[in-house]
Amino acid sequence: MTSDTLIQFALYILFLPLLGFVALIFFGKRLPRQGDWFGTGILGITLILSFIILFVKLISYPAETFISQFTWIDFGDVPFIGPISIELGIMLDNLSVIMLVVVTLVSFLVHLFSIGYMQGDVRYSRYFAYLGLFSFSMLGIVITHNFLMMYIFWELVGLSSYLLIGHWYEKKSASDAAKKAFIVNRIGDAGMFIGIMILFVTFSTFTFEKIFDSIAIGMIPFGSEAWLTAAGILIFCGAIGKSAQFPLHTWLPDAMEGPTPVSALIHAATMVAAGVYLIARTFAIMTGDALMVITYIGAITAFIAATIAITQFDIKKVLAYSTISQLGYMVMALGTGAYTAGFFHLVTHASFKAGLFLGSGSVIHAMHEALHNKHDHRTDPQDIRNLGGLRNKMPITYLTFLIFTLAISGVPLTSGFLSKDEILAGTLGFASVTGHYLIPFIAFIVAGMTAFYMFRIFILTFHGNHAEPSRLNDIHESPAVMTIPLIVFAAFSIWIFYSFNPFGATSGWFYFAIDRPMSVVPSVVQPVAADIFKEAVHHSHTLAMILSIAIAGLGILFAFVVYHFRKLDADNLAKAAGPFYNLSYNKWRFDEMYDKSVVNGTMGLSNLSAWFDNYIIDGIVNGSATITRWWSKFTGRFDNVVIDGLVNFSAYFTGFSGLILRKFQSGKVQTYIVFVIFSIIVFFFIFRTF
Amino acid sequence: MMAFCIAQIPQWLAEPGLQHFLIISAILFSLGLLAVITRRNVIMVLMGIELILNAANINFIAFTRYSTLSLEGHLIALFVIILAAAEAAIALAIVLNIYQRFSTVNVDEISTLRE
Repeated sequence: MTSDTLIQFALYILFLPLLGFVALIFFGKRLPRQGDWFGTGILGITLILSFIILFVKLISYPAETFISQFTWIDFGDVPFIGPISIELGIMLDNLSVIMLVVVTLVSFLVHLFSIGYMQGDVRYSRYFAYLGLFSFSMLGIVITHNFLMMYIFWELVGLSSYLLIGHWYEKKSASDAAKKAFIVNRIGDAGMFIGIMILFVTFSTFTFEKIFDSIAIGMIPFGSEAWLTAAGILIFCGAIGKSAQFPLHTWLPDAMEGPTPVSALIHAATMVAAGVYLIARTFAIMTGDALMVITYIGAITAFIAATIAITQFDIKKVLAYSTISQLGYMVMALGTGAYTAGFFHLVTHASFKAGLFLGSGSVIHAMHEALHNKHDHRTDPQDIRNLGGLRNKMPITYLTFLIFTLAISGVPLTSGFLSKDEILAGTLGFASVTGHYLIPFIAFIVAGMTAFYMFRIFILTFHGNHAEPSRLNDIHESPAVMTIPLIVFAAFSIWIFYSFNPFGATSGWFYFAIDRPMSVVPSVVQPVAADIFKEAVHHSHTLAMILSIAIAGLGILFAFVVYHFRKLDADNLAKAAGPFYNLSYNKWRFDEMYDKSVVNGTMGLSNLSAWFDNYIIDGIVNGSATITRWWSKFTGRFDNVVIDGLVNFSAYFTGFSGLILRKFQSGKVQTYIVFVIFSIIVFFFIFRTF
Repeated sequence: MMAFCIAQIPQWLAEPGLQHFLIISAILFSLGLLAVITRRNVIMVLMGIELILNAANINFIAFTRYSTLSLEGHLIALFVIILAAAEAAIALAIVLNIYQRFSTVNVDEISTLRE
């Protein structure tokens, strides 16, 4: 198979979901079954094509990068700037082909799951249409070869995320969450846009390859390495928004208002991973300082989100904070230079986190049905305090959920163990080279907390006794269309798909396919060199593995002690933790803080400008109107009295003088003569000179 | 102005000079003017005009007599007489026509041009 065929396949993959979107949005309601089979089928085709591309690419062309591009706008030779042309195109390298499979796989399985989960929904066909739009946008991000298209698709995924979070927009919380997601993302995207523009102003092109090449030969923005660092951090701002990194992470937990499969697709596996993908794409131009910022942002995010996840009761909220935490992990890994590990964790995380969300969706679906049968509309089906003991009623969901939980906790023989282990080794290596020992410390703590809170919700959901035993009779396993995706995701959470050695991924195909790209930045701002870093990682590998197994084991053990064997009472623990518990339970009060500062500030500013509008601007307008009215009144009066008066007076005067003068026009000659003589006498006396 | 007193009048009358002529002329002019103004009959008006012209003639002659001029005043007086004759002829012709048309020679009634 030639590269042309691969490019052609990639274009099919990109545009088929768009076709699905257009077809469903216009004709969805008229198609049989509202067209769910159409959207799902299209994603199935793209999934097959993606797998073909992946295999062909990795087997036949493992080291090549295929680019297909055309010039969209050619400005020619612009005075003072030089030639500018904007190219659009797609790029297939190992990174994008792996990402293609991840996106299409998750998207396809979520489509399949949605057929069961969304059955009977009011906007069923529109839901599938938006899923298609999202898939199109996400695939666009993955295979683009320039920043411009990246930014366009970046906004498109934001849009489709907004539409899907707000799918049940009748619920105020859902529409608010959609708005929040969109607006918070906008903040990050503004930074990303500035970063892209810094690069465009310097290099007059958006294409990744050309920009990298230009930097490699020594061109840097405005002749200063600081600008390059700034551009890197600003581009990372886009990732902060999209991947819900601190301090813009608050939108992701709220986004759980959307349907659960959407949470699995967008807010766990693909869209939020786009930020990580963006860092991976632009890794070559990230300076050492920029990567340091990325590392710390990722570490802070991972830690904060993990602490919050421990105390939440909403099963989806826990998963959301867990997602933020894991995304922080990936970002941190990329920042430390553990490039392959970070991206590897993205891929493994995509399958087990999507699986966790779908599993929780399956539970919620069953609970919802049971509550519906009991006409109970007050109990929250997502609250883990209302769950419990579902193990026997939902065996498939239970088993797959167990696998996902083991994977995210980093237990050996799972995919999560492989990737997490590499990340931990990476942070240890990073610390031994640079001395930043805080990073691996946070990473290990977070690993322990992850194991604890994941087993907490797992035990509370599936073990123990149900909150209301009579309800258990109404709970049934979900239909096959929902359990099959769970089984597939569970399969992809096993180590065997990534490496034959369950204790090390470095020998697997993934490490063969993905290697850290050469940094192109000037040598003074280079991050830790790849070979030194690899050496350090190699030395800390065994230590990392032992520590990670131990810490994950401790977390799991602690969760079982507290929630399964009940040796320790959770409420007493919470009381003992006191302010820490409250801080965590209230999500570190980020929302309140933003409410007080940003939202209230904006409201205050809006009120101020509204006041300014109402009183000053309107005052000026109304004042000028009043002045004009008064002036018109005055000129009207002037017209009526003075001008008309003059006119009337002259007419009146003429008439009056006519009346008088007509007396003299008697027609009698002799009278005239008398006047003449009289006049002469008068003139004589007037003009006499003596 | 010359100062008058009753006692001087006989002497003033005994020595005729320019003033006497001028006074006569003024009286004559005034009478003519009075006729022109007051008479309703066109003929009488014309006669008033003749009086006025003759008052002028007396002035001309008198000024010539009491000045260093030679004959200019006489000449103009003669010219005025001729003019008066011509004027009388034409005016009387007009009056005749007016009479034929309006059957009156009263100036107050001949007011067609007024309308």
